[in-house]
Amino acid sequence: MYGGGNTFEGIKTDSIAQEDPIRLAEFEARIERGEKIEPTDWMPALYRKQLIRMIEQHAHSEIIGALPEGTWITRAPGFKRKISLMAKVQDEVGHGQLLYSAAETLGKTREEMIDDLISGKSKYSNIFNYPAFTWADSCFISWLVDAGAIVNQLANAKGSYGPYCRALDRICAEESFHLKYGHHCVIYLATGTQKQRDMFQEAINRWWKPMMHFFGPSDKISAHTEVLMRWKVKMSSNDDMRNQFLDMYVPKIWELGFTIPDENLKKNTETGRWEYTEPDWEEFKRVINGDGPCNKERLEVRRIAEERGRWVRQALKKAQTQYTVPLA
Amino acid sequence: MNETALKELLYKIADDQLILGHRNSEWTGFGPLLEEDIAFSSMAQDKVGQSYALYQMLQTLSEKDPDTVAFMRNSDQFHNSILVELPNGEYDFSLIRHFLYDTAEAIRFEMLSESSYQPLADISKKIRAELRYHTLHANTWVKQLGSATEESISRLQRSLDLAMPYALGMFEESPYEKELISSKIFGGEKELKDRWVKKVETIIAQTQLNLPDWKTLQPVTGGRAGKHSEYLQPLLDEMSEVFKIDPTAEW
Repeated sequence: MYGGGNTFEGIKTDSIAQEDPIRLAEFEARIERGEKIEPTDWMPALYRKQLIRMIEQHAHSEIIGALPEGTWITRAPGFKRKISLMAKVQDEVGHGQLLYSAAETLGKTREEMIDDLISGKSKYSNIFNYPAFTWADSCFISWLVDAGAIVNQLANAKGSYGPYCRALDRICAEESFHLKYGHHCVIYLATGTQKQRDMFQEAINRWWKPMMHFFGPSDKISAHTEVLMRWKVKMSSNDDMRNQFLDMYVPKIWELGFTIPDENLKKNTETGRWEYTEPDWEEFKRVINGDGPCNKERLEVRRIAEERGRWVRQALKKAQTQYTVPLA
Repeated sequence: MNETALKELLYKIADDQLILGHRNSEWTGFGPLLEEDIAFSSMAQDKVGQSYALYQMLQTLSEKDPDTVAFMRNSDQFHNSILVELPNGEYDFSLIRHFLYDTAEAIRFEMLSESSYQPLADISKKIRAELRYHTLHANTWVKQLGSATEESISRLQRSLDLAMPYALGMFEESPYEKELISSKIFGGEKELKDRWVKKVETIIAQTQLNLPDWKTLQPVTGGRAGKHSEYLQPLLDEMSEVFKIDPTAEW
């Protein structure tokens, strides 16, 4: 987990006109050739800004995403699940650490990023503003939200910024274990007692809407991102990623005998694309801007953790300590 | 070999590891820095895994399977020390408890790696290797925070004073102490405690913290006999919440 659903808001491209045209052309030619951009290389200001925003959002999603699943660590049924879930959520926090470091190579410190998270200035994946009521919800997250994130992250791993791509390669390798873990949990629910099956069906009913929102607004209404595509910051359109996810996972969900709460959901055999009821994008916007079921709680937890831990971080600093950008 | 004595020993060690592992895992997502979330989670995984291995050993001695033993007992059937069941509190308390506890466990498993009960000796060698990192972590942080800022020193001191009577409760003797020692299954709580005191003194001497007077301290005991604080049962209720929806189901 937990990247994905990056909220590419409308961007101002005016600054590109102020870049040195020769350097800009060289930069674009390098990307065109498939080269990676490294932290000390020249880059347009807009490229730097967008990457910081994207990597930072991804990092926040990892540590906020650890909260809904984390609450199930202490309740996981049996040793096998308890130990696996601990390891899984630990991975997610580790991904956060890795991604904050990748973003730091672009000039924003981890502290600044976390301050922006807590103040609401920077966003995280919308899906974690919904509550995980039952064990089955945590299984849904581990299997399907992680699956969605992998679709997104595999695409982004082919992007142009070296440190982010390298972080994503490592993250994707770990995610594949999460997917197996989540799928395994769901199979046990699916083949278990009626109560267990009902639990997972209810989880699908609750989580389908946020899952459809996960990949971000439909291409028809998304902000124009041509320049970000050209610079290989954004690698795939929201609708393409959503379609890829549906293609891979809807058949698996149906195969296990569960239903999906969208009567219009079907694959158009002529176009090869999935058709579905258009998600409520007004709700998506409302939730991402702070008015979801759990936004306040999630940020409050993060804020308290930061405040309670401040004395520890201060005690680690020495007068002569200087800020060091992490290795890329 | 006195099997009852052996089982009692295994239960208390396994229960300690399980309950503290559970507490450590509660830091996931809440640590003072991401690196500490990750460290406490690693230690939690080790400890819960070690408890699992010890419960498996108990199963070979005709006890129930590990899931049933861990998830279906009530607090009065648990033999852990009260120290490990106390809530995490602030980071200073969790750190001090981790230091006091793991210093003891590292010595305990070192002693047990000489046990006359071979399966226990074998597994203790493995656990000892894992615990080396736990004590390294604890010592590093106690030395750092115990000599850093006024606030960090006073916080650690307060937690040290608070935790110490409970820490002494770890060494509450078993009714089978003599049999365990004479049959060379375990060297006994007395020897463990003496070695622990020396080790704790060595580390604390490298900080600006002060140890309480050992002579006047009253150990908080009872845990080994199933008499616990009010904090254990709610922890167990939470741990078994899903499992008990249907204990016969496979999850």
